[in-house]
This record gives sequence, C-alpha cells and structure tokens, in this order.
Amino acid sequence: MNSSRCAACKHLRRRCPSDCIFAPYFPSNNPRRFAYVHKIFGASNVGKILQDLPVSYRGEAANTLCYEAYCRIKDPVYGCAGIVDQLNEQLKVAEYQLATIKAAITTTLQPSYLLDQSLHML
Amino acid sequence: MASSSSYNSPCAACKFLRRKCMPGCIFAPYFPPEEPQKFANVHKIFGASNVSKLLNDLLPHQRDDAVNSLAYEAEARVRDPVYGCVGAISFLQRQVDRLQKELDAANADLIRFACAGAIPPSPLPHAVVGPPRQRPGEYNSRRIGDGGGSGGGGFYQTPHNYTFPYNYHCPWNGSYNPHGGGGDM
Repeated sequence: MNSSRCAACKHLRRRCPSDCIFAPYFPSNNPRRFAYVHKIFGASNVGKILQDLPVSYRGEAANTLCYEAYCRIKDPVYGCAGIVDQLNEQLKVAEYQLATIKAAITTTLQPSYLLDQSLHML
Repeated sequence: MASSSSYNSPCAACKFLRRKCMPGCIFAPYFPPEEPQKFANVHKIFGASNVSKLLNDLLPHQRDDAVNSLAYEAEARVRDPVYGCVGAISFLQRQVDRLQKELDAANADLIRFACAGAIPPSPLPHAVVGPPRQRPGEYNSRRIGDGGGSGGGGFYQTPHNYTFPYNYHCPWNGSYNPHGGGGDM
C-alpha cells in the first residue's frame, strides 16, 4: 500500500486516501514537484485552491502552482513577478524599436528622399 | 515602506491574525493597517507562516520588494485561481513573440526600401533584452493586465545571477476564463 501513495502523502507521511486531492497531480515519481509547492504555498493552501476548482482545471492549476513555487525558490525576492516585469520591459524596448524602424521606412519612402538619393547618384 | 508598531495600531497582519503586534513584528513594516487586503490575499495564498519564513531568510533591504511581489502574485492567484500570474507571463510572451516577428519584417522592409534607393541600409539590430538594470529600484505591485508597457512603474534590480533569454519559454497557452468561459485544456 505504501508504494501507491502520491508524492504529497509521502512527503506529509500520511496514508493516501482513494480520493486524495493531490494524487492526480503529484505522482510519486516526482517528489520535488510537491516539495516546491509545499515549501512556498503549504499543502493546506494548495489543497484548498484545488478543491475550489472544477476537476477539469485542477491539472493546469497544479502545474502553474509548481511553476510559481519553482520561480520563487530560484528567486526568493521577485519570483514569477520578476519575469512579468522583465517581459514588460522587453515589450517596451521592442515597441520603441518597431516605431523607430517604421519611421525610418516612412522617411525612405518619401518622394523627396528618393529624388535626393537619385541626384546623389548622378 | 510603511511602518506600524504596537504603539500606534497593530499592523494588518496582526489585525488579521487577531494577535498583539509586538515591537519587531516581521510583518509590520510591510503590511500597514491601511492595506488590509494586501495581507488577506498573501495569507490566503501563501500563509502567514510561509511568508514569515521567507522574509526571515532575506536580507532586510530585500524584504520590501519580496512582499510586494508576493502581494502581486497572491492577488493574481485570487483573481485567476488556475493560472495566477503565469497567465500574465504567457500573455506577455505571446506579445513579445508577435512584436519580434513584426520587427524582423519591418527590418527586412527597411533594407529592401533602402536598397531600392541605392543607399546601404543600416538596419537596427535584432531586438534583444538589454543588460539587467544596474541601479536599485522599487518594485511596485501592479495590477493584472498591465502588459504591453503600460508604464505601471515596476522597476527592479535584477539579481546578478538571473539570466533571461529574449524568448522566454512559457509552455502555457491556456485560454481559461476565470469568469466562466470554457477552458482550452
């Protein structure tokens, strides 16, 4: 029976009931996954979050919780929020560069610009 | 950074936990009594004990940013229990990918038009992430959906060992609608 416990129940050192909320999402072959979420969120909080969701959404929720927990362990100050900020910064840079290139294209297509270039070639 | 002490009024955390706010309370500097929802969210998602351990493991000058990022993640998770702030990451990464394609196409156009004018083009470099900011900054809790450079003021100091590739791989492309729509799972 011990070998059929999920990673959560193994970590919590308890019996794994047949309706264990964690079992479908924290298989015993990946103990680190539950260790991460337990360290950051706590088993009780994770259980409540999953319990409040329709069954069809719980898998994705467990995955994103694992991801957030992993990010927080790697970066205890900023966690996932740091990635959001970094992406926003990338967007700003990319938008600025795109605007600059489009302005350069507009200039290049101006008739006066083309005429000026033609005269330089003579 | 707001502060509170038992001499004035208990911090939001101690009010929520219905306990005396002692001098040296780990939560008091970061959870002022005027922002009860901040601690309520953090407590709901992370738990007071976990937050306390996390803050104790950090240097004092890091704790303000840590609390604000925790508050941001907690609020995101309360609003979207399935994806939390990972949903924002996924959305923003798609925006970045889209802009990158536009940049590449625009660069190619510029080269083509400039060549048509017989002037050697000076294409702009492929858009890359600049070096991490060197100056310390403040992390401000931002609202969900502030993607696309809305200027919410989220500046921070990237840790020195944090490397972030331009195309950050985020495996989620879910279209879960926390407000009742179907999920594409």
